Amino acid sequence: MKYYRTHILICVDPECLGKGAHDIEDALQDELVAQGLIDEVQVLETPRIGDCSHGPEMMVYPDGVHYVGMSVDDIPFLVEEHFLKGRVAKKFLLTKVEVKDEELGAPTSKEVRVVLRNCGKIDPENIEDYIAEDGYEALAKVLASYTPEKVIDEMLASGLRGRGGAGFPAGRKWQFCRASKATPKFVICNADEGDPGAFMNRRVLEGDPHAVVEGMIIAAYAIGSSRGYIYCRAEYPLAVRTLNIAIQQARALGLLGEDILGSGFSFDLEVRIGAGAFVCGEETALMASIEGKRGEPRPRPPFPAVSGLWAKPSNVNNVETYANVPQIMLRGAQWYASMGTEKSKGTKTFALAGDVNHTGLIEVPLGINMREVVYDIAQGIKDGKKLKAVQIGGPMGGCLPEEYLDRPIDYESLAAAGTIMGSGGLVVMDEDTCMVDIARFFMEFIQDESCGKCTPCRVGTRRMLEILQRICKGDGKDGDIETLEMLCRQIKSTSLCGLGQGAPNPVESTLKHFRKEYEAHIYEKRCPAKVCKGLIRFDIIDACTGCTVCARNCPVGAITGERRKLHVIDANTCIRCGICMQVCNFNAIVIN
Amino acid sequence: MTAMSAVGIVEVQTDQRSATVSESRVREVVEAAVAKCGATREDLVPILTEINHALGYIPPEAFKEVSHVLHTPIGQLFSVASFYQMLSTKPRGRHLIQFCESAPCHVVGGREVWTALQDTLKLESGETSADGKWTLRTTSCLGVCAVGPVITVDEDIYGNITPQQVNGILERYE
Amino acid sequence: MPAVKSLDELKRLKEDAIAKRNAKTTAGTAQVTVAMGTCGIAAGARETMRAILDTIEADGLSGVVVKQTGCMGLCELEPIVQVEVGGAAKVTYGKVSVDQAKRIMKEHVVGGHVVAELVIPTK
Repeated sequence: MKYYRTHILICVDPECLGKGAHDIEDALQDELVAQGLIDEVQVLETPRIGDCSHGPEMMVYPDGVHYVGMSVDDIPFLVEEHFLKGRVAKKFLLTKVEVKDEELGAPTSKEVRVVLRNCGKIDPENIEDYIAEDGYEALAKVLASYTPEKVIDEMLASGLRGRGGAGFPAGRKWQFCRASKATPKFVICNADEGDPGAFMNRRVLEGDPHAVVEGMIIAAYAIGSSRGYIYCRAEYPLAVRTLNIAIQQARALGLLGEDILGSGFSFDLEVRIGAGAFVCGEETALMASIEGKRGEPRPRPPFPAVSGLWAKPSNVNNVETYANVPQIMLRGAQWYASMGTEKSKGTKTFALAGDVNHTGLIEVPLGINMREVVYDIAQGIKDGKKLKAVQIGGPMGGCLPEEYLDRPIDYESLAAAGTIMGSGGLVVMDEDTCMVDIARFFMEFIQDESCGKCTPCRVGTRRMLEILQRICKGDGKDGDIETLEMLCRQIKSTSLCGLGQGAPNPVESTLKHFRKEYEAHIYEKRCPAKVCKGLIRFDIIDACTGCTVCARNCPVGAITGERRKLHVIDANTCIRCGICMQVCNFNAIVIN
Repeated sequence: MTAMSAVGIVEVQTDQRSATVSESRVREVVEAAVAKCGATREDLVPILTEINHALGYIPPEAFKEVSHVLHTPIGQLFSVASFYQMLSTKPRGRHLIQFCESAPCHVVGGREVWTALQDTLKLESGETSADGKWTLRTTSCLGVCAVGPVITVDEDIYGNITPQQVNGILERYE
Repeated sequence: MPAVKSLDELKRLKEDAIAKRNAKTTAGTAQVTVAMGTCGIAAGARETMRAILDTIEADGLSGVVVKQTGCMGLCELEPIVQVEVGGAAKVTYGKVSVDQAKRIMKEHVVGGHVVAELVIPTK
C-alpha cells in the first residue's frame, strides 16, 4: 500500500463545518494537485482537534502543527509555505492556549486517587520524595504500635479485596497464611500484568514503587514472613529497574532487611523477572516459575496460604492490592471502608480503552455505575455514535450490553452479569463493532496463551476458535451455537485454573446478550456490523466523482473506471482490505 | 549416554545452520550467569535469561553446561526453556525487533507498521535474516498503549511509530 | 544515609525531604521535570531529557534542577515536561521534541516567558 509523508487532518465537527471546513478541504485537494504534492500529502477528515473556537482547524502530522482560522484564499500560500518549502506558516499557528497549572491529569470529580496518588508527582527513583508524601509512615506506625493480629483486623475491617481479579478479601488471605504453622513463609507480589491494553500496575511500579514495597513489608509483618518476591513480567524492564532501585534505597535506610526501624522485625525481598508467559499471572503458575519450573498452574486446594512457594505457606497479592495497604494503615480501615459498596470497598483502577473520547487510566470508587464511567469520565462515545457493549475484566471478561450501564461496578454485580472484575481492563465498543468478531478475537488470544497443561483449555478453546472463525468467514452452520454453548459449560467446569475457567466468558456473554448477531452470521450469512470480511462486499455509489484515488490505492487492482466517471469494484478480485474506503474523500464507498 | 541423546533432541530443534558460538565462549557465559544468579534450581529461569541475553539464544552446549552445574537433566532444562516465549533455542540475529501485536496498537496503525517491517526486512514473524543481523517477532502487550504502535529493538522502545519511520530506526543499528 | 531507627527519626527525615523540596523551588531557581515512564521513553523522553541537560551544560545555566517522574496518565501527550520557575505556578508542556525542549529552556527557564503554544491545553 501507499505511504504519504504527511497527513493533514481537517476538523469536521459541526462548528468547523459551519466555518467552511469542507471548502478548505476541497481547496487543499486542488492546491496539492496544482503544486504536485498530491502523492505525498494526504488530506483526511477528523472529528475535533481543538475547541473549534478558531475554526476551521487543521492538524499536520507528523509535524504536529496546529493551524486555525484560514480561509480558502489562504490555502495556496499555506500549501506552498508548509508543504513545499517546509516552513511553518506562523500566521495561522494556534497560539492562544490557556496556561494550565498543576491540575494536570488531576482526577475528574468522580475519580478518587489512593493507588495512583503519587504517580507522576514524585520522582520514583528518590526515596526522599516518597517519604515527603508520608511514605513508610504506615510501616513505622504498624511496627511501633500494632500487633500482627491488629494489622489483619484492620485489613478485614477495611474490606479490601484482592485487586488481581478474583476479589478474595485480602485480610482473610493474610489470616489464613498467619494461621499456617509451617515456616518459612513467603510474601509474593504478582506483577505479571499481562492483559492486553491494561497497564494499571505498570504505572504504579514505575511511578510509585515504594508503595508496593511498603505494602509488602506490612503484609510480611502480619503473616510472619521474612522473605518476599516481586514477580514482574519481562515486558516491563523499566518497572524492574525502578523496583530494584526502590529496594536498594529502602535497604540503605534500614526499611528493608535486618531489624527494620529498630523493631526487631526482619524482612527482605527481591525481584524475579518472568520470561514471557501470560499464564504466569495465575498464582500457582507464578510460584512454579519462581521455583525455576515451567510456569504451569496446579489444582487448588491446597491454597498458597497453606502450601505455596516450595510447598511453604505463601501470600500472593497483586500490585494494586499491596499499594493500597499503607494508606489503609495510615488513614484507618474506616476511612477506606467509607468508599465503595457494602461488599466491595475502596477504589479500583481501570484502563479505559476503545471507542470513547477519553482513554487512559482512571481510579474510581467501587459501586460507581458504568454509565458514569463511560459518559462522565470517558466523555462519551467517539464521533457521537451509540454504545454497543462494554467489555470488562480483560480477555477472560464478558461483554455487557447497554441495559447493564446503570448497574454498579462491584464484584457481585459483575459476576451476576456474567463477567468478572479482572485486573481492570475496560473496553468500550460502539455500534460498529461485530460481537462475533470480538469473541473470536479474545478466543484467539486465549488459545495463544493457554499453557497446554489441561485438555479442556488446550483443546476446548481451539475447537471454539475454529467454530468462531468459521462463523466469521460465512461458513457457520446450524448447531454451531449449541456446540459453543456446550463447550463453554464444559471448559468452565473442568479447566484447571482461572485462565481456562474464564476463557468462555467472552463467548458466553456475547451469546447471551447478542445472540441475534450470531444467528445473522449463521442463518442469513450477514454481518450486521459489517465487519466480518467473508460476509461483506464493498460497492461504489453515485457520490463517486471519478477522482481515481481508490483505484490508485487498491493493492490488488480490483477497482476500474474512467477519470471523472463512476468507478466499479470487482467483488471477486477485492480482498476487502478497506483501503479504498479510507482514502475516498467523498464517502462514495459503502459496505453491503 | 542418555544426556548425549537428549542433546541430540535439542539439536533437532535448533536451526540447521551450525551455531557460530565457540564452546569456550559458551562456558564463559554460563559461568558468568551462574556467578550472577546462583546455582540452585530456583535460579534456572534467571540463568537461562542471562545466557539468552548474552548469546541471543541458548545453544545445546549451554544446556549441557547448565545441566552439570545444576545437576538437572537436560530434558527438564529444555522443557523450561521451551515454555517461555522470551527464551530461544534457535540462533537469533544480532538485534531482536519486537512488535506489539495487541489490539490497542493494532487499531492505531499497527497493522501498517507490521507490514512495513516485514517488507523492509523481508522477514516473517519468528524469522532471522540470512546475514544474522535481525530477528523479527511479535510480543504481547507492552503496556504503553497510549503511544502505540510500539516496537522495541533490543532494549530500546519506540512509540507512535509510522511506517515511514521504520527505515530510520533500523539504520541506527549496526 | 544512616538507617532510620524509629518513627520520630522517619518524621525528621520527612521534614528534611519536604524542606529540601521547597528549597529547590524558591525564587531564583527553576525546576524542570521530565516524565520518564515507559510511555514517555517510547515517545522520546530520553532525547528530550538529553536536550535539556545539554542546554544547561552548553549555556552554563545554574540554579536549574532537573528531575524525573513516572507516568502522569496523559500518555498520548508524551514526552511531557513540567517547568516551575521561582514561585510561579507549574507549567506543563506536551509532545516536547528535542528542538522544543531547547526552546522551552531558552524562552521559559531562562527568559521567564511561557511558550504558550506548547502548553497542554485545558480540556
